[in-house]
Amino acid sequence: MPAVTETIETVQAVAESGYKWGFETDIEMEFAPKGLNEDIVRFISAKKNEPEWLLEWRLRAFAAWKTMEEPRWAAVKYPPIDYQDSYYYAAPVKKPGPRSLDEVDPELLRTYEKLGIPIREQAILAGVEGAGETPAEGRLPVAVDAVFDSVSVATTFKARLEKDGVIFCSISEAVQNHPELVRKYLGTVVPQGDNFFAALNSAVFTDGSFVYIPKGVRCPMELSTYFRINAKSTGQFERTLIIADAGSHVSYLEGCTAPMRDENQLHAAVVELVAMDDATIKYSTVQNWYPGDAEGKGGIYNFVTKRGACRGARSKISWTQVETGSAITWKYPSCILQGEDSVGEFYSVAITNNYQQADTGTKMFHIGPRTKSTIVSKGISAGHGQNTYRGLVRIGAKAAGARNFTQCDSLLIGDLCGAHTVPYIENRCATAKVEHEATTSRIAEDQLFYCRQRGLTQEEAVGLIVNGFCREVLKELPMEFAVEAQKLLQISLEGSVG
Amino acid sequence: MTAAQTGAAGFLARYEGLKDHLPGARKPWLNALRADAAAHFAARGFPTRRVEQWKYTDLAPVAQAAFAEPLTSVGGSVRLPAANSPHRAVFVDGRFRLDLSTLDGLPFRVRGLAQDLAEAEPHLGALAKPEAEPLAALNTMLFEDGVFLELPEGVDGGLLELVSVAVDPGRPFAFHPRHLVRLGAGARLTLIETATGAGTCLHNPVFEIDVAEGAMLTHGRMLQEAATVFHLSTIYARIAAGATYDNFTVAAGPRLTRNEIHAALVGPHAACHMNGAQMAADGQHVDTTTSLDHAAPDCASRQTYKTVLTGRARGVFQGKIHVHRVAQRTDGYQMNQALLLSEEAEIDSKPQLEIYADDVKCSHGATVGALDADSLFYLRSRGIPGDQARAMLVEAFLHEAVETVTDETLKGALTRVLDAWWERQGVAA
Repeated sequence: MPAVTETIETVQAVAESGYKWGFETDIEMEFAPKGLNEDIVRFISAKKNEPEWLLEWRLRAFAAWKTMEEPRWAAVKYPPIDYQDSYYYAAPVKKPGPRSLDEVDPELLRTYEKLGIPIREQAILAGVEGAGETPAEGRLPVAVDAVFDSVSVATTFKARLEKDGVIFCSISEAVQNHPELVRKYLGTVVPQGDNFFAALNSAVFTDGSFVYIPKGVRCPMELSTYFRINAKSTGQFERTLIIADAGSHVSYLEGCTAPMRDENQLHAAVVELVAMDDATIKYSTVQNWYPGDAEGKGGIYNFVTKRGACRGARSKISWTQVETGSAITWKYPSCILQGEDSVGEFYSVAITNNYQQADTGTKMFHIGPRTKSTIVSKGISAGHGQNTYRGLVRIGAKAAGARNFTQCDSLLIGDLCGAHTVPYIENRCATAKVEHEATTSRIAEDQLFYCRQRGLTQEEAVGLIVNGFCREVLKELPMEFAVEAQKLLQISLEGSVG
Repeated sequence: MTAAQTGAAGFLARYEGLKDHLPGARKPWLNALRADAAAHFAARGFPTRRVEQWKYTDLAPVAQAAFAEPLTSVGGSVRLPAANSPHRAVFVDGRFRLDLSTLDGLPFRVRGLAQDLAEAEPHLGALAKPEAEPLAALNTMLFEDGVFLELPEGVDGGLLELVSVAVDPGRPFAFHPRHLVRLGAGARLTLIETATGAGTCLHNPVFEIDVAEGAMLTHGRMLQEAATVFHLSTIYARIAAGATYDNFTVAAGPRLTRNEIHAALVGPHAACHMNGAQMAADGQHVDTTTSLDHAAPDCASRQTYKTVLTGRARGVFQGKIHVHRVAQRTDGYQMNQALLLSEEAEIDSKPQLEIYADDVKCSHGATVGALDADSLFYLRSRGIPGDQARAMLVEAFLHEAVETVTDETLKGALTRVLDAWWERQGVAA
């Protein structure tokens, strides 16, 4: 069990440090004035040199947002957010492109180093021209788009990807270089007025990733975006748009961290996926925003709208998420299964420790005939954590032969936490079949005893059992992420046993 | 009377007009209770689909109708349903009819609530929550009668049938019976409830059921009113240490049925079983909504609900299990299954777990779909015609729910209702 051994080592290594991504980078930043109004929306749009249609699109979203109320139906509690007391634009001051590693702002460099991004990629991330784009040690490369506060600082392996016709860049670049694609798809899966946080994002989004995979292309490497909130009093509003044209295939990973602060910071992202005939999109997230301290002070409010449309026949969208961070998570990655025989999947591990709260799940809309969906959700609550699975499976009248299977399991560690399951099943089609199962239990004494008896400490034993509990979901993650996710689970549970 | 007024306004107007004449109108405590409920009902009215608990059931047909009072019938003959027990307490349009009841030889007292309001004072409104459930508020505001059962400690009450008949006066009418059922420590009772009736009618009963330490109440309900009736019932049950409350409900008749049960397990080793079968054909709507509070350690709960829909029918199941922090070693299980036999039917299901204790074993399951193609094929391959094979599978599906009932008399009665419904569908098809 090498992964488990590694997990245990990692836990020992970070036993004292806790959240090891909690440092802050001191770097020269450029801010827009605090607060939110039409001028800020115009400022962001001007800063990004956006075409008129996009500014109008943003302004419509802002107008819609002003009329909307913050949703309160989720099982999460937090004090009112002052939307005027935040910066909506923060970016590192860009200097003329550095020629070698020595010229790169050492702070930015150190940030990537600490975040554990390999040196080869690091050179690229900091914008060094001429640094090799060949993969190190013969490993399959991962192309990375790094988003630092409000802007994308670099995207790697672009030239290699372009050879296959794959477009992978920041959404700001896409607006400049591929406006026809952005205009065609932006807001078609998550409309501007979809919900309060999506409307806010539509008005003030600053960056994010854009991916287009042309017809019949299997993306030659994993694509990945690394989100980093650094500046104080900022919100991060990124927007990701992935389009997989007919017969294409892409696997996309998303990671995120933030400094430890006493104040809460807002992260309201929107992710839109579009899959055409026979296309597959695999979207994996390891969410590790700062969760706040042991007393529940600080941490990120992660209020995210993620939705994919399986527009084409036999298309497939698969969401995998490991949610370990954030003070509050409000997130329901969904699939609109329009194309016949299209497939939606949702695999989730959500962990809440200390005072973390998570209200997460998925929505599967079966519209086309013979559409299929699978939902596997594993919730782990420890400390004072509150963990809710909230999901919807809706089978339309025309979804003949549709099929859904849902499994939600919750694990409770300690008697001060809570685990909740709120599934909605709506079926209007007699030939569809929907199955739902949910269980809630704690770690069995006999399992613990068995592990202890073989010499594992209590904490190691819990880690082992939790990893087993989550296996079904973790095995869906790409290899590197799976290992990282296992370590994260262990770290997140620190101090919850004993 | 302001018969022209519809919905909530109509009921509030009736309360204003009647409040000095309702049973117990000279008792300040009851006036206060009714006034409080009226305030809640005035503030909320009939729930709309924007209210989470009513997301899938639309009360607009009730809210838009103008219901009058039932005609007061104190005598005269009424067609009663076939008896399921030698002992019967009969209610006509919600009012207790001693003349039609057979109560001789019962080891406990059966009264009409209106007869004995003074003794009911400490219990009336002890469990119902008019502030949370508008229909309970409506009932509290306007109830005139109901059954008042009190079993002394250790008494085995045997079998009692509660018969509710609604007589069609030829115009829409409503009644709101309030039933109090109280079992003393160690007492036992099997209560079989049969509801029949015709005409455009709103039957809105509220039960307050208190099962004391070690007592056991088996409560079978057969809601068989005509397809013009709105049956909206709310049951509140409080189950003490070591006690058991067993509810089995068959809904097979009304145009709209809401079977809402709030049960609380308040003492260690208490148990609650809530099971049922609901069937609906073209134009009908059935809704089972349960809420189970595990508020003490070492309690167990079991729920199995089956829904069968044909034609343009709609079915709803909502079930919530709430496990409080103190309720360690809770064992909770819930299963709901629905069978869709037509293209136009719709089922909405929302099982829900809310758990705050860690040493628990809670699970729920839900399945929704058509008849299993493999099972059908198996039967057909053995020479059974398609229609007959389908009938066998539907019957088996429904009977499975009744398997949980241990009382043989009740089981027989329930099975007859299920079979009669299925036969009617055969005739219709």
